[in-house]
Amino acid sequence: MTCEISQALLHGYLDGELDPIRAEEFERHLESCSPCIAQLEEQESLRASLRAAKLYERAPAGLAKKIQRQIANTETESDYQWTWVPIFRWIAASAVIVLLMAITYFGAQRILSGKPGVEQTAMMSEVIDAHVRSLQPGHLTDVLSTDQHTVKPWFNGKLDYVPPVKDLAENGFPLVGGRLDVLDGRSVAVLVYGRRKHYISVFVWPAAANDSAIPATGTRNGFQWNYSRAHGMEFCAISDVSATDLHDLAELLQE
Amino acid sequence: MLEPADRQRFERLILPHQDAAFNLARWLLRSRADAEDVTQDALVRAFRFIAGFHGTDARTWLLQIVRNACYSWLEKNRRADLTTEFDETVHLQTQGQATQTPEAAAVASNERERLMRALESLPARSREVLVLRELEGCSYKEIATITSIPIGTVMSTLARGRDGLKRLLRPASGTDAGGKEVHRDV
Repeated sequence: MTCEISQALLHGYLDGELDPIRAEEFERHLESCSPCIAQLEEQESLRASLRAAKLYERAPAGLAKKIQRQIANTETESDYQWTWVPIFRWIAASAVIVLLMAITYFGAQRILSGKPGVEQTAMMSEVIDAHVRSLQPGHLTDVLSTDQHTVKPWFNGKLDYVPPVKDLAENGFPLVGGRLDVLDGRSVAVLVYGRRKHYISVFVWPAAANDSAIPATGTRNGFQWNYSRAHGMEFCAISDVSATDLHDLAELLQE
Repeated sequence: MLEPADRQRFERLILPHQDAAFNLARWLLRSRADAEDVTQDALVRAFRFIAGFHGTDARTWLLQIVRNACYSWLEKNRRADLTTEFDETVHLQTQGQATQTPEAAAVASNERERLMRALESLPARSREVLVLRELEGCSYKEIATITSIPIGTVMSTLARGRDGLKRLLRPASGTDAGGKEVHRDV
């Protein structure tokens, strides 16, 4: 072992960091190398004076308190304000949204129909289907007359009620005729009105004790409907005309 | 996310090493006031990362954070400290101060001052390894982990640092009043 190599190992030896084999090699080298012995002694004395000088500097007394205070602040600021609170906020907000959706959904059903959605859908499908069927050639009317005094008597004997029949030509809704249809298992009167080149079917039947299964207005497959109650009758107008036109007709029928 | 258990863990594992943290910072920054600020920040940072600490050696883990904080601070506030190889002004000042110290002053205090100035005039890289070894009593492996340098480099850096200290201390061993000129040859 040359002295140059041992110089590097000297510090490892001094610090007790050499593995046993190298430590032994170094000790053997020391036996025959006085410069290395001198160097080792110098280093040991330097270490002793470093220890004696007590250079270790402890943290100031208040540091731990300061750290703990800052951590407490960090917890309140970043944790509770920015992490925990938003989580609760999100939960609360989500709950409110779900609640509102539920209220809207069930409330709308209750207000507009009072019956479960399935029946509502079924009833409205019948109305739409009947209207579509009526538009096929020869199905639109059973009694073709623009005269309300012809149409109204025509229903006599065919229904157990008398549907109100009005000619609304003056208002832009000329009466085309009437027909019988089946809705929800019973025969109902259908008045057919014209609106420019469109036809409007108005289903009329005596008002049931409970609320109707049909929403006030709606649209499906391009057809609009407008449901209303007046004079002890239920009216459901359906057509491909605009919702405004349907609304106007409904108002006229209720007069 | 921090939990109450994290705080307990921090106070049990990390806070007891605040002296080690402060001592390293003080010697790296050469200022007690700066060391206090940086140590405080480093410990708060350690608290934030406590969930990620799964090892057994909390002191080494903390000292890594402190060391990084010190270097970031120096980088920002005292860049020169990181490039200075040998701070002669500090050393010469020391000699001046040392000669001004009244003879009556305790020799031990004088000696401590001298050693302190000598250690402070070493380059930061040598100084931190010496402080970790001689003052903190870290093993080479721990020093290697804290400073992110290989163990072999730890040993050679220690050798260089100690030789530097020896050179700095040797001429001032006498209580001569010659001052600066005497020590020019250091």
